[in-house]
Amino acid sequence: MQRRHFLKNTMATGAVALAATSGLLVPVQVLAWNKAAFDAKDVQSAMKGSIGTELTEASDKINIKAPDIAENGAVVPVTISSTLAGVTSITILSEKNGTPLIGKFNLKGAAEAFVATRIKMGKTSNVIAICESGGKFYSARKEVKVTIGGCGG
Amino acid sequence: MAKSSIKVRAKAKNGVVTVKALISHKMETGLRKDKKTGKVIPAHFIEAVDCEHNGTAVMNAEWGVAISKNPYLSFKFAGASGDAVKLTWKDNTGKSDTLETKVK
Repeated sequence: MQRRHFLKNTMATGAVALAATSGLLVPVQVLAWNKAAFDAKDVQSAMKGSIGTELTEASDKINIKAPDIAENGAVVPVTISSTLAGVTSITILSEKNGTPLIGKFNLKGAAEAFVATRIKMGKTSNVIAICESGGKFYSARKEVKVTIGGCGG
Repeated sequence: MAKSSIKVRAKAKNGVVTVKALISHKMETGLRKDKKTGKVIPAHFIEAVDCEHNGTAVMNAEWGVAISKNPYLSFKFAGASGDAVKLTWKDNTGKSDTLETKVK
């Protein structure tokens, strides 16, 4: 009886171990996508996850072009440009979205500090733009009023 | 693929290339429910967009679900007319598409 138990147990743990290894293999493939940061529910952890810090320096050299009032939160055009030298990444967050992190644009080589896209916003909140320049992070924010939310529905 | 999901326009002006791209993708958040069945529509969104200029990467974007449906993306880099621009996207289901074009 004891031996049977032993066998059964080893097989069970074996299966668990197998599941664990196969489970481990999957994240390796999708590691490129920063799940923790994109799933983060508040701005601090989203920032920490995406840029590794939650401390940024407010800068007036970052220009956020977004409407003051967005009628449709599902499509909010946002343009971010900066006069900072050597910007290597631009991160966009929307403060009151369920998951604040919207996207991170890694700029390389000849790229200029300019990104434009359209984002979804759940409700009226600040859009935060973070520029990385020379290993330092600079941020700017702009409030966008949203009349109809664009998340869920 | 007969018709690409990507539309790209790249224009050079004073040594700066402005790329404007439209990708056709539904960008499902995974939070919406199907009105008829009440079931949650699974998330389906682009998680990475890469851009190469003459074979070297100039931009790679990591996107979450909060990028709008049929995403629009614009960015700039130093370049000239006639350069090659290649845009690639990949979504969370492993689908991807690529388009290569010349700077005007």
